Amino acid sequence: MQLEQQLRDRLEKRDILLMTHIVLGYPSFDTNREVIRQMVENGVDCIEMQIPFSEPMADGPVIVRANQEAIKNGTKVADCLSFAAEMTASHNIPFLFMTYYNIIFKYGEEAFFEKARGCGIKGFIVPDLPPEEGESFLQLAAEYEIAPILIFAPTSTDERMRVLASKAQGFIYCVARRGVTGVKSVIGEEVLEYLGRCRQATSLPLAVGFGIQDRDDVSALIGKADMAVIGSQTIRLVDEKGAGAVGPFIAGLR
Amino acid sequence: MDKQGFFGKWGGAYIPEVLHQTFQELNAEFTKCKNDPAFWQEYVELMSTYSCRPTPLTHAENLSRHFGGAQIYIKREDLNHTGAHKANNVMGQGLLVKRMGKKRVIAETGAGQHGMATATMAAKFGLACTIYMGEEDVRRQRPNVFWMEKMGATVVPVTNGSRTLKDAINEAFRDWVTNVDETHYVFGTVCGPHPFPEMVAWFQSIIGLEVAEQIIRYHGKMPARIFACVGGGSNAMGIFKRFIPESNVELVGVEAGGHGIATGLHAARLSGTDASPGVAQGYKTMFLQDDDGQMQETHSVAAGLDYVGVSPILSYLWEKGRVRFEAATDTEVMAALDLTMKKEGIIPALESSHAFVQAFKEAPQLTPDDAIIINMSGRGDKDIFTIAHAFNDPSWKDFIIKRGLEYSQGK
Repeated sequence: MQLEQQLRDRLEKRDILLMTHIVLGYPSFDTNREVIRQMVENGVDCIEMQIPFSEPMADGPVIVRANQEAIKNGTKVADCLSFAAEMTASHNIPFLFMTYYNIIFKYGEEAFFEKARGCGIKGFIVPDLPPEEGESFLQLAAEYEIAPILIFAPTSTDERMRVLASKAQGFIYCVARRGVTGVKSVIGEEVLEYLGRCRQATSLPLAVGFGIQDRDDVSALIGKADMAVIGSQTIRLVDEKGAGAVGPFIAGLR
Repeated sequence: MDKQGFFGKWGGAYIPEVLHQTFQELNAEFTKCKNDPAFWQEYVELMSTYSCRPTPLTHAENLSRHFGGAQIYIKREDLNHTGAHKANNVMGQGLLVKRMGKKRVIAETGAGQHGMATATMAAKFGLACTIYMGEEDVRRQRPNVFWMEKMGATVVPVTNGSRTLKDAINEAFRDWVTNVDETHYVFGTVCGPHPFPEMVAWFQSIIGLEVAEQIIRYHGKMPARIFACVGGGSNAMGIFKRFIPESNVELVGVEAGGHGIATGLHAARLSGTDASPGVAQGYKTMFLQDDDGQMQETHSVAAGLDYVGVSPILSYLWEKGRVRFEAATDTEVMAALDLTMKKEGIIPALESSHAFVQAFKEAPQLTPDDAIIINMSGRGDKDIFTIAHAFNDPSWKDFIIKRGLEYSQGK
């Protein structure tokens, strides 16, 4: 309930929330620190921090490269956990972990939940863990009060969405289209109809991600969803113009 | 199988939500085919007219005499159309694709044999085809790339990660989640998310079914041991499956020992102690990974064995002690290949040569009354550049230099 309530409180003042994404250790934890500071100062409502994995199956080229570079730079899971603890202590917005299941599995599911709670993490997004394979994960999520954020896709049937919604907490991550991260989505009739189906299936807040890149994309979602997710775009921005460009970019989104 | 798609604690379907619906459809169609004897008939008919099934079981008399122990038999999967056992799985999945009405197929490939077979199937069934292949493997297996392209497939070199088989699999998944409605992913081995391990093992089991009849005909009794190389494990599962209930038949999987297990440059998941349980590429198995769960670089002279994971079914059979695992080094592989060519006039693929290494080590321990079977998963012609290089063959080098010169002069 914690994460959902935090988001609902923020929705009192905003017609749409912003969630951003960073890959931990890319290009460095120092840059991560600066980027997060700028994001928070410019009104970001929630941040998903990706713990890098060598096989990021659901990600597109920008995030794949960031994962590889982060690992090559020597980023360890332990570093990600202590950095997370530092961020949650410094900034008053909810932070989530996004990663692939092997990182959690290898650490030990329960140990990971315990550690993440200690770090002040509010939710997990694990794109390769469907609820069918996540029985113990979902149980631990309830026990440790960390929201398991599940994913809707345009290919999910209404019935499937209801099953997912019954197991999710915090919010639902609605993938805007088929494909991987980082390719621009057109928020057209098809997406809006799909978001209508998502809304029907759950009372949880809806976040929309995959290819949300600019102010027009964000405003197109107002009234249709509760939170826009900016992922690859800020990584691209930091690559091209440095961390300093993030603040103005975020400020210009709403 | 225990819980759906699990073999003991191994397997499962760790897939992104966008693929959920497609897997529902695939599972439903596969279940229908499995329960329909006419489907298997159609499959066997196709394999006997488009490929060369049943493939022969060759008695290697010279090698048997050379080692002075067991009678050595070689199952000739190299005589399949496209030169490897890969055709069995691909043509089977091709029949499934036709039933599901999809218009496009994609595949990953390591050694290129699975890509070749998929390109062939796509040409025959009139499907669009894209093959993902690690950049490193494109370099190692250039002749197969040439043929895939000539058959109308698009070959995409993958430049992520270690640029080998696992990276090609990731890239194929990225294509699939993007084009899921029209596309089927022809997974090449007994790995990946359920139902692929079970489905690929089912199609490949045709190998062992033939062997069981052939060995009785030629040798009068069941073999003492069966040897197969293990990358993902599809040729091994193909020949082992029929014999799992035959408790007197010892099943031996041979992995890539690379430069030697102690060097860390290998792909030994089950024969060494470097692997640990993990979840990646859609399934749970023993992976070569570090303490954080990051997959590690692997090495083998044979592109088709150069892989971080292994079939969940084989992890299960390993855990139960039903299949024994060994490793063969690159150097041992070259020696076994050389001996097989000289003694039998047969050219096994570098992958298959791993099985020959272990069989040669064990043949002298048995008696002429015993038979052992080596699954020759593919033919070695495709490896001509790698093999010629490894043998440091002077006349081949001279040919390449001269041909290169001609090309550079625009001839």
